[in-house]
Amino acid sequence: MTTLAVGASTADDSERIRRVRDAKSDAVSRAEGWRRRGPLLPALIFMIVVTQIPFAFTLYYSTQSWNLVRPGSRSFVGLQNYADVFRDSQFREVAVNTVILIVGTVLISVVLGLLLALLLDRVFLGRGIVRTLLITPFLVTPVAGALIWKTAMFDPVFGIVNFVLSPFGVGQIDWVSRYPLAAVMANLVWQWTPFMMLLILAGLQSMPRDILEAGRVDGAGAFALFRELTLPHLRRFIELGAVLGAIHLVNTFDAIYMMTQGGPGTASSNLPFYIYQRAFLGFDIGQAAAMGVVVVVATIVVATVALRLIFTSFTGKEEAA
Amino acid sequence: MSTTAPTAQQVPTPETVPVRTRKRKHRRANPWGVVAWIAALGFFFPVFWMVLTAFKQEADAYSDPPKFFFTPTLDQFRAVFDTGVGVSLLNSAFATGVSTILVLLLGVPAAFALSLRPVRKTKDALFFFISTKMLPIVAAIIPLYVIVANIGLLDNIWALIILYTAMNLPIAVWMMRSFFLEVPGELLEAASMDGANLWTSVREVILPLVSPGIAATALICVIFSWNEFFFAVNLTAVQAQTIPVFLVGFITGEGLYWARLSAAATMAALPVVLAGWLAQNKLVRGLSFGAIK
Repeated sequence: MTTLAVGASTADDSERIRRVRDAKSDAVSRAEGWRRRGPLLPALIFMIVVTQIPFAFTLYYSTQSWNLVRPGSRSFVGLQNYADVFRDSQFREVAVNTVILIVGTVLISVVLGLLLALLLDRVFLGRGIVRTLLITPFLVTPVAGALIWKTAMFDPVFGIVNFVLSPFGVGQIDWVSRYPLAAVMANLVWQWTPFMMLLILAGLQSMPRDILEAGRVDGAGAFALFRELTLPHLRRFIELGAVLGAIHLVNTFDAIYMMTQGGPGTASSNLPFYIYQRAFLGFDIGQAAAMGVVVVVATIVVATVALRLIFTSFTGKEEAA
Repeated sequence: MSTTAPTAQQVPTPETVPVRTRKRKHRRANPWGVVAWIAALGFFFPVFWMVLTAFKQEADAYSDPPKFFFTPTLDQFRAVFDTGVGVSLLNSAFATGVSTILVLLLGVPAAFALSLRPVRKTKDALFFFISTKMLPIVAAIIPLYVIVANIGLLDNIWALIILYTAMNLPIAVWMMRSFFLEVPGELLEAASMDGANLWTSVREVILPLVSPGIAATALICVIFSWNEFFFAVNLTAVQAQTIPVFLVGFITGEGLYWARLSAAATMAALPVVLAGWLAQNKLVRGLSFGAIK
């Protein structure tokens, strides 16, 4: 509220300040406070119950030795599960896979998304249709998309990928079994490039045209304009896309489940899939819970960056309003 | 993928600027438009191929080189319906519909309380909502499974409805808040000067203004709940299985029936693709939690 009053430099300044002051004195009144809080409380309570309680349980389970196939074996073991997790070499491999999958997918889809957004920022015939076609991979049910990639696209004999590559001398490669992680990543890039494109396109379209015009008048070439003006302007959008993408990709499960089941071995497994296997196929609740806690702690770093970006984006806008 | 590779070299070069201004009169000749079309068709191709294969006989689905022309048939759709896709579609529709309604009932008032008549600690509440989206779901699935089993909601669609509501509520709160903030304050003041009480001004002034926002928010919730797989595969079995879980059947034995698999995948994807096309102008806003319009 105060930033609003400071930011306003129009003629009705005093009017705005008065309104803000009124609003503040209102907020102090207790009854009014509850009346304002009323609409918020159901949502808040619902979210606290549904999201915080399970997580508290995860913390608790992570201190238990608890395997469902051995009933009655449950006992408190302190931090033993965590020690086991860090000693687990498969866990480390899977953690590395997770990072590769996230970073690789984000990088490739940001680059492709940027190129597509630059194309779409121009006027051409059927631009609306092109945009509609391009966002479709992001909308298609991920399970369905993964199924199509695994079969019709990547099949060694009848797959489209090998058919397209056959003029270049590529034989009947079984992409999914030979390069499982890369195959999963290809599916994810296909899915996430439209997301990056949409965000970057919004950035391009929010760019003040007169700056580009001024740069052009000053004799800057198109590439210099892009590097010196467009790219810095897009930075915020690219960062936002990258962190939001990363936060979703931490949860990648559908594609791995449908395409490779994490295999062969753990070659294409990531943390969610590995934890799923430990919990629901190995019934090792304590271990799986400890892994879940480790994933959350690791995610907090990314999440903090994400939250700051989202908050600055929206407070910046509020001041401008 | 291969079709997009050529674009890598086609970052604007010094020549493109004059070319673009000259060609503006005949848009058809714009070479960048052609590149964009090729890229779009490349990205869309797997979806196109899925739909095309759904109308094939299995023999046409397995052909090298791939067949683009064939006698279309509805046999595969019939076969999929015979294997019971109807129940899954109904479950998905029910879970998606009810959770979206719940999200709006909880989320729209909350967004109102965090924007037009802000409560104290608005920032903390907003922070809390969005931070729940940052927690990896896998960290909560084990206790969720235990809790859901203990209250007897395993393989019950209501378990999914509650979780989908929690999954989409933060997005809805943030997105709706960005729409509420666009309502001009002068309008509200004018309404209260005319003697309208809060409820009247909400109903007569605010809701009509934000209703496109509500529609867009609903569509985005629909997309996310329809496509959700992780909760569904872990918490449902036969009775409450949703359409993504139905598709799991095709990775094993039935994976050999591509045409049928494509028909099922097409049925799964069609509703959300349509919802997304409808909401495409507001998609960015939902995906960025209202940060980008």
